[in-house]
Amino acid sequence: MNIALTHFEKPLQTTHFHARTSALCKTHRWGPWAGYATVLSFEDTAMEYTAIRNQASLYDLCPMVKYSIKGKDVSRYLNHLTVRNAAKLAVGSVHYTVWCDDDGKLIDDGTLFRLSENEYRLCCQERHLPWLLDSALGFDVTVEDVTEKIAALSLQGPTSAAVLAKAGFDVSSLKPFRMTPFPFRKGKLLITRTGFTGDLGYELWIAPELALPLWDHLFAAGELHGLRAVGSEALNMARLEAGFIITNLDFTPSQQAVREDRVRSPIEMGLDWLIDWDKGHFNGRRALLAERDGQTSKWAFIGLEIEGNVEAPGAIVYFDKKHEAGVITGSCWSPTLKKSIGLAQVARKHREGYNLWTEIYALRELHYVKLMVPVRAAERPFFNPARRRATPPGRF
Amino acid sequence: MPSCDAIVIGGGTNGLACAFRLQKSGRRVIVIESHSEVGGAATARSGKISLPLAHLVNKLDQRVEAKMNLSVHGLRWLNANMPTTVLSHTGNHLTLSGAAGSALSGDVSADEQAAWNELRGRLMRFASLLAPFKEMPPPRLAKNGNNNWLKLAQTGLKLRMMGRREMREFMRLLLINVYDVLEDELTHPLLKGVLAFDATLGSWLGPRSPNSLILLLDRLAGQVSGQQGTLALPAGGMTSVASAMAASARAAGVEIRTDASVSHVLVENDKAIGVTLAGGEEIRAPIIASAISPKTTFLSLVGHEFLDTGFTNRIRHQKSRGAAAKLHLRLKAEPNFKGADLKSRLVIAPSSEAVELAYNPVKYGEVPETPVMEMLIPSAFEDGEQTLSAIVQYAPYDPVIGKDKARKAMLANTLAQLERHAPGIGKLITGAELLMPYDIEDRYGLVGGNWHHGELSVEQMLFLRPVPGFARYATPIQNLWLASAGCHPGGGISGAAGWNAAEAIMGANP
Repeated sequence: MNIALTHFEKPLQTTHFHARTSALCKTHRWGPWAGYATVLSFEDTAMEYTAIRNQASLYDLCPMVKYSIKGKDVSRYLNHLTVRNAAKLAVGSVHYTVWCDDDGKLIDDGTLFRLSENEYRLCCQERHLPWLLDSALGFDVTVEDVTEKIAALSLQGPTSAAVLAKAGFDVSSLKPFRMTPFPFRKGKLLITRTGFTGDLGYELWIAPELALPLWDHLFAAGELHGLRAVGSEALNMARLEAGFIITNLDFTPSQQAVREDRVRSPIEMGLDWLIDWDKGHFNGRRALLAERDGQTSKWAFIGLEIEGNVEAPGAIVYFDKKHEAGVITGSCWSPTLKKSIGLAQVARKHREGYNLWTEIYALRELHYVKLMVPVRAAERPFFNPARRRATPPGRF
Repeated sequence: MPSCDAIVIGGGTNGLACAFRLQKSGRRVIVIESHSEVGGAATARSGKISLPLAHLVNKLDQRVEAKMNLSVHGLRWLNANMPTTVLSHTGNHLTLSGAAGSALSGDVSADEQAAWNELRGRLMRFASLLAPFKEMPPPRLAKNGNNNWLKLAQTGLKLRMMGRREMREFMRLLLINVYDVLEDELTHPLLKGVLAFDATLGSWLGPRSPNSLILLLDRLAGQVSGQQGTLALPAGGMTSVASAMAASARAAGVEIRTDASVSHVLVENDKAIGVTLAGGEEIRAPIIASAISPKTTFLSLVGHEFLDTGFTNRIRHQKSRGAAAKLHLRLKAEPNFKGADLKSRLVIAPSSEAVELAYNPVKYGEVPETPVMEMLIPSAFEDGEQTLSAIVQYAPYDPVIGKDKARKAMLANTLAQLERHAPGIGKLITGAELLMPYDIEDRYGLVGGNWHHGELSVEQMLFLRPVPGFARYATPIQNLWLASAGCHPGGGISGAAGWNAAEAIMGANP
């Protein structure tokens, strides 16, 4: 049956872990993510957040878009596609990267895994198969969307290494941004020390048929380490504390932007540290070089501490309370920092954060309380614990 | 040390015009041509019968003709204002003589003559408004477009001076299809047939396709020796245009290297620094102008590795479909087209519907039953071998029945159409050769067999030619320039694109 004729009957697919996540999701709070129904909150967002920061948390990562990219020219291809130097990425390592269109505007960000000399995996938020295939012209590579073929979990939190050890996977020597395989049942479990929480944590990659056995195995091992399933709301708080950005929340990807001034360059999103200017040509290089040398960037992306205890997602940022200076793209009350924090796009001249304010419309019992509160630029990540990098990780 | 100041890839008419202009600006220029003779479509590259791809001139760039002193270098017009005879299978032919058919003779009513006079006058006026655009880089719509505002203002003023009614007509007709205009204004089937044929010649459009009239305006905007809307035949045939241009370029000091093909453009630190020839030889220069197809330039000579994906996509998607076949016949004796004057361009296009019907099959990769065509019998104008040269439309580029079968079928249908208009011509034929669009691609490097190195159609004109964002001869690679018909203002034996490119290069490298 042609899927184009029937897809509307089931607008959201379920993930490989649906049998377990749906059983645990007491609140029935679901949200769409890349065409899949995913849990926003299983039971209590605050408790789930607490599991990420103080125990161990398991998050269903299946909807993340995954591409397998292989071939003789794969490093050259990825160097042409992305801004960072993929050839320098060692086998068994992972790095964060972004890719741009001709105008040097962001298409998406993602993590790149080097599985072997000639095979990488690219994980990202949006789908890009046409762009990846078009970019492959003249390179001896194959690009395949393997989103459905890999089940993925994110195990994050201070006790996550202990949970894995209990489950029989000794990751004590695994350094951040490195990967290691383990046998599991009749298959292979790939564990990478990566995550989206800015904390100690791992991501687990496995064949779909072993998805549920893995889930059960981890929960059995994690019982005494406070392992808890967490939804996207708790993860969002953790990622804001870590200062991580999400495509389509913190910037509009250029291939989806309708208004021509809505697109952002890596320089404008504070990601220019990724760019390898000397590796040869890559998509958008000429435009980015002109932006860098001509200092024509219009925007800056900054972290903000917001006075008071009210979060301010979507709030407008003002200079001197009067002049519009930008917008807060993500914000939450940080339970760990005991502060209201935010990420913001601001006009570049305001990137130091001098005399910036934000106007918050807080709905309180059907009345808006209008607040004009001062904000100040803060270093990202807001929360950066030593355990994030400690190898071997601390014992629990 | 660079081995010259500028390299021009491809010695077609645009390559020669570009090389000449650059040489005259005080640079040492080398033209690299893969064939044994320069001149591109003005040269004969067929096997059995030696006739060039192009057989008439209708838009020779005035700067090229004058500054290259082509008359001094051997260009002489046998007939600079050739009439057109639209053939009728009953012998009741229609003849258009004078520029763009200023006079009609044949079975034409006084009303029809008056209607034609009015339509022709209007088309010529509108065409003359477009003509100046050919001799300047395409205007840019962006801020800081660096436009030639004086020239644009003059055109705007001329448009305004026509008065409100004519301006409205101009706007109405600019993007209309030629078929509707002919239906509105004229009744004579042969007159409508030839105009529908001329509008769509060398394109991938039928008369009823949107925007087909603008191609007729483009054709009528062409000049030869200062005469708008004319058809000219050089003494010695089209090859003499090629040889005059080559002689002029050589006399100016341009070095022309034939039988040398470029295998790639050398790119270092994001700049073009030279070319590598097929034999491995490297030639370096601070300016490289590619007067071959933009597709070939970027996809084969430069390579995607040095380009952004979006740009490569635009180049890949640049439409370059050709539907014109070229017929060469060798004849035992002069053919008889039911008494038609052979000292004219002979056209078989019985009606505008007939042109549309010949177009329909090609959309599906099929060969038309009754093709339409224009013919020239060179031996009617000067002594020489008895031959017939014809451009036959429409021929599929990617025929469903296969290339050899399609060529055979196209030849058979073409000869049958000829036989209907010149009974007995079949018996006079001693040699026949038909170049399908794919044959033209093979021999002339015209991608898709398209004459213009990319279809000349509204969505690929002016600032959209060859691709949006790169319409002013510069490319994403510094020091690499485009100079072929793939750029504004398109092809024909003209040299305009090459000349414009040279001016752009000189502007950027004073």
